[in-house]
Amino acid sequence: MEKRSYFAGKLLPYALLMPQLLVTIVFFYVPAGQAVYQSFLLQDAFGMSTQFVWLENYQLLLSDPGYYQAMTVTAVFSVAVTTLSLSAALLLAVQADKSLRGAGIYKTLLIWPYAVAPVVAGVLWLFMFQPSLGMVAGGLRRMGVDWNPYLNSGDALTLVVLAAAWKEVSYNFLFFLAGLQAIPKSLIEAAAIDGARPTRRFWTIIFPLLSPTAFYLLTVNIVYVFFDTFGIIHAVTHGGPAGATTTLVYKVFNDGRAGGDLGGSAAQSVILMAIVIALTAVQFRFIERKVNY
Amino acid sequence: MGTLKSILVGSALLTFTSLQASAQVEIQWWHAMSGANGDRIVKIANDFNASQSEFKVVPSFKGSYADTMNAGIAAFRAGGAPHILQVFEVGTATMMAAKGAIKPVHQLMAETGEPFDSKSYLPAVTGYYSTSKGDMLSFPFNSSTVVMWVNKDALKKAGVDKIPATWPETFDAATKLRAAGFDKCGVSTGWVTWVNIENFSAWHNQSLSTKANGLDGFDTEIAFNKSAAVVKHFENLVKYQKDKIYDYAGRTNEGEGRFTSGECPLFLTSSAFYGNVKANAKFDYTAAPMPYYPDVAGAPQNSIIGGASLWVMSGKPAAEYKGVAKFMTYLSSPAVQAWWSQETGYLPITPAAYEYSKKQGFFDKVPAAEIAIKEITNKEPTQNSRGLRLGNLVQIRDIWAEEIEQALTGKKPVQAALDAAAERGNQVLRQFERTAK
Repeated sequence: MEKRSYFAGKLLPYALLMPQLLVTIVFFYVPAGQAVYQSFLLQDAFGMSTQFVWLENYQLLLSDPGYYQAMTVTAVFSVAVTTLSLSAALLLAVQADKSLRGAGIYKTLLIWPYAVAPVVAGVLWLFMFQPSLGMVAGGLRRMGVDWNPYLNSGDALTLVVLAAAWKEVSYNFLFFLAGLQAIPKSLIEAAAIDGARPTRRFWTIIFPLLSPTAFYLLTVNIVYVFFDTFGIIHAVTHGGPAGATTTLVYKVFNDGRAGGDLGGSAAQSVILMAIVIALTAVQFRFIERKVNY
Repeated sequence: MGTLKSILVGSALLTFTSLQASAQVEIQWWHAMSGANGDRIVKIANDFNASQSEFKVVPSFKGSYADTMNAGIAAFRAGGAPHILQVFEVGTATMMAAKGAIKPVHQLMAETGEPFDSKSYLPAVTGYYSTSKGDMLSFPFNSSTVVMWVNKDALKKAGVDKIPATWPETFDAATKLRAAGFDKCGVSTGWVTWVNIENFSAWHNQSLSTKANGLDGFDTEIAFNKSAAVVKHFENLVKYQKDKIYDYAGRTNEGEGRFTSGECPLFLTSSAFYGNVKANAKFDYTAAPMPYYPDVAGAPQNSIIGGASLWVMSGKPAAEYKGVAKFMTYLSSPAVQAWWSQETGYLPITPAAYEYSKKQGFFDKVPAAEIAIKEITNKEPTQNSRGLRLGNLVQIRDIWAEEIEQALTGKKPVQAALDAAAERGNQVLRQFERTAK
C-alpha cells in the first residue's frame, strides 16, 4: 500500500508556500514589474516630470552602437571569466584531492578569496596593476611591457577578467572538490586495474561524473559574470577605456545612476533579464541533456 | 505587519526625541568630502554648533560626488531628503531643472530674513550657480579651477629654467623632461574633459556649446568640435601620447598620484589638489596658470570653476530653514571662508575672504594658492567663459572621455572623435531637454 500524506483543503499548502512566494513576489516580481513599467517612461532624475513614451527607450537603445559594444564586451568577458575560473578551479581541485601533506591548509587558503567582496577584490588587483602605484605593473613596465589599463582596452579587459575569475575560483573549487570526493574510489581503482592511465581515468570517469557539478557551476558562473562582477568593474576601470569594459549590467548602472536616465536604464535591465532567462533556459534544455546524474 | 512596523518605528522615534530633550533643531548636511577635507567639514559643523545653541548641523559623508547626488535624489524620491545636499558643479543643470525638489538659496534667505547680498560673492563663482537674472540658486561652497602643478626639481634636472606658460613651451619642456629620464610621462592632465575641453574652451574664449554654454537655455548644442583651437590641442595630445611626452591619466583624479610620486612633473588638475601636494610631494613644487596657445586671439581669457555647491532641499518646516539660513551666513563669513580656502586650496568665495587671507599674508607664504583666483578673475567673462550648464553632464563627460580615449589610442582620427563626442552629447542634451520641461 502506498503511503502518501495529503492535506485536506487548500489553505494549508498555500500557507506553507506563502513565505517563499512572498519573498519571490517582493524581491523579484514587483521590482521586475516596476522595471518594465519604468522602461516605458521618460522621467527626470527627481521624478518631478513623467511622460509615457511607449517603446522609445528601446528604440533609442537598439540604435545605440554603444549598446552593441556592451553586448560584445559582455560575451567576451563572460566566456573568458567562466572558462578561466572553471578550468583553474578544476585543476586546483584535482590537485588538492590527492593525498598531499598539508592538503587542509591548501584547501583553506584556496577558499579564502570567496570571502572577499567583489569591490575589494577589484581594489586588490588594482593595487597590483595600477600603472603608477602597482608592484606588478611596475615590474611589467621594467620588463618593457607598456602596461596601461587606463588607455589600453586589452589591458583593462585582462585586468577585470583576472580579478573576476580569481574571485570565483574559490567557489568553483569548493564544489569541484566536493564533487570529486563524492566519486566512488572503487570506480577509479577498477579503471586503474584495467590499465587506464591517470589522464584517461580523468577524462573517461572523473570528468563525466563531475558533469552535474560542472553544469551547475556553469549556470551559477554565468549569472555571477552577468551581475556580480559589477563591483569589480566599478572599482577597477569604471567601464573604460572607451567602453572596453562596460558590460551590460555596468551600462545599466552607469546610465541610470550616473546618467540619471532611468527609463533607458530600465529598458536595458528588461533586455538583460530576457537575455539571462533565455541563457538559463538554453542551458537547462540543451546542456543538461548531456549531463550524467 | 504594518502595525508592528509602525509600533517599532514609533517607539524608536520616541526614544530618539526624548534623548533630544534639549530640542535643538537638527540640520542634515550630506557631503562628499573624504579624508582630510571630510574632517574639515566636521570641524566647520562643530564650530557652528558651538557658536549657538538653537541649531545642530549634522554632516554625513555619502561617498563620491556622484554617490552623494544619487543618495540625495533617492532620498528625495523616498521622501527623506536632507536639508543640505552638496552637489558637484556638473550636477547643477539637473538640480536647477528639479524645481519642486529644491529651495533656491536667494528665496531661503529672503523668507528667513537673513541678511544676504549675492553681490558680495565672487561673480565668476556665483555666475555658475545663478539664474540668468542673477538669482543665486545654490550656495557656492567649494570651488576650484584648473592650474598646472609643476615639479621644479624635475624642470631643473631637465634644464628648463622657465616654467612654461604656453602649450608649445609646455610640450617643449615635456620633451626635455623625457630626455632627462621622465620617460613615462612629461605632462598630463587629471579630469580629462574638465581640463582639456571645458576649461580649455573658456581659457581660449572658444564656444563649448551654443546659448552661452547652456547658461541661456537647455536647447544648447555642442560646438567645441568646430573650434580650431580645441581640435589642434587634441591633435597635439594624440601626437605626444605616442612618446609619452603627454600621457593620459584617466577620467577623474585617479592619476594625480603620478605628480606627487614624481613620475609626472607637469600636471594640470584642480587647484584643490594643493592639500594633497602639500602632504605628499617630496620635491620643490609650485602651481602655475594653465598654458595657452599664443596664436589664439584673446587667450588667455578666464578659467571656469569646478567643485561643488550646497543645495537646499524643499519641503522642510520653516524653523529648520531658519537654521539652514543661519548656517549659510556662518559659512560665508570671511574667517570661515579664509580658513577653508587656505586649508584646502579651494577658492575663497567672497572678495572679503580673499582680502582676509591677503591681510594675513597667506599668499606671500603660498603663492601657488593665489594662481586659481588670478585665473578665474583674469578678464571679464565672455559668453564662452561664464561657465557651463549642460544637463546630464556626468553622462556627457563619460561620452567625451570615451571619444578622447578612442583618439588617443589611434582608433579614431581626432576630428572624427570630437564630432562623435558632440553628436552623442547632443543626443543626451535633447533627452534632458525633454525631461526638464
